[in-house]
Amino acid sequence: MDRRSLLLKMELRSNPETLCMVRGALGQLAERLGFSESECRAVVLGVDEALTNIIRHAYAGQPDQPIEVWFHRIQVPARGAGVEALEIILLDQGKKLDEAKLSGRALEDVRPGGLGLHFIRETMDEVEFSHTNGRNQLRLVKLLHAQGTPAGS
Amino acid sequence: MQISARHLDKMTVFDISGDIDLSTSPELRKPLLRELRELRTPRVILNLKAVRYIDSSGVASLVEGLKASRDVGSRFILFGLNTTVREVLQLSKLVRIFEICENEEQAVAP
Repeated sequence: MDRRSLLLKMELRSNPETLCMVRGALGQLAERLGFSESECRAVVLGVDEALTNIIRHAYAGQPDQPIEVWFHRIQVPARGAGVEALEIILLDQGKKLDEAKLSGRALEDVRPGGLGLHFIRETMDEVEFSHTNGRNQLRLVKLLHAQGTPAGS
Repeated sequence: MQISARHLDKMTVFDISGDIDLSTSPELRKPLLRELRELRTPRVILNLKAVRYIDSSGVASLVEGLKASRDVGSRFILFGLNTTVREVLQLSKLVRIFEICENEEQAVAP
C-alpha cells in the first residue's frame, strides 16, 4: 500500500454556510476510515474549527475567498511502528497567521472567543502551521486506532 | 439552527435545534442577550436536547449568555445536553462554570 494516498480534495469559498456541508462529508469519510464515533466527532470538530479560524482571521469574514482542503491516508512512525493516520492539509491565501497567538489562551480565563485553537490541538494528534509562497498551511494529523485497537476490527 | 422561546412565570425557555456554528451562533446570541440584558428575565433556560453540533463560536455564545446573566443577577441554566454537546463543553474545560440540569423539570423547579 502507498504510504500516502489522496482520499478527497475540497475547494471551498470562505463562506460560513459551507461549514455544515464539510462536516457532513468529513463525518462520513472518518467513519469509513474506521474512526470510532467519538473520534469522528473529534475529527469533524478539529477541521471545522480550522476552517472557522481561516474564515474569521485569515480572511476577516470575507465570504468569497479560496480555501483548499486535502485529505490523505498516510502512515506515520509511532509506537515503534508505522501507524495509519488521516492527514488534513488546509491552505488559504489570507492574512499571515500571527505566531504570537498560536499558543492559545489560558482556559481559566472565562470569556467568549479563543477556544478554536484549543479545540484543534485537543482533537488532533499533530498540528503544524506554516506560511510559504503567500499561503497559510495548516497540517493536521489524526492517528487511526490511537487507543491501540487493531486495524480492521 | 432553529430557536424558539417559551415564556413562563419569571423565566424563559429557549428550545434550540440543529447546528450551532459560525454561521448560526449570532441567531442564538441575539435573543439570548436581549432576554438577559434588556428584559432582565430572572431565569433563562436553554433546552439543548435537539442540538446536533456545537463549535467554539456556539460555546462562546453560551459564555456570553452566562456573563450577561451574572451582570444582571439572573440564573442561566442548560439542560438536555447530548453526547456531542457534552463532549465539546468538556473539551472547552468550561463545563463546570455552567448550571446544568438533567431535564426541564429540574431546570424550572423553584
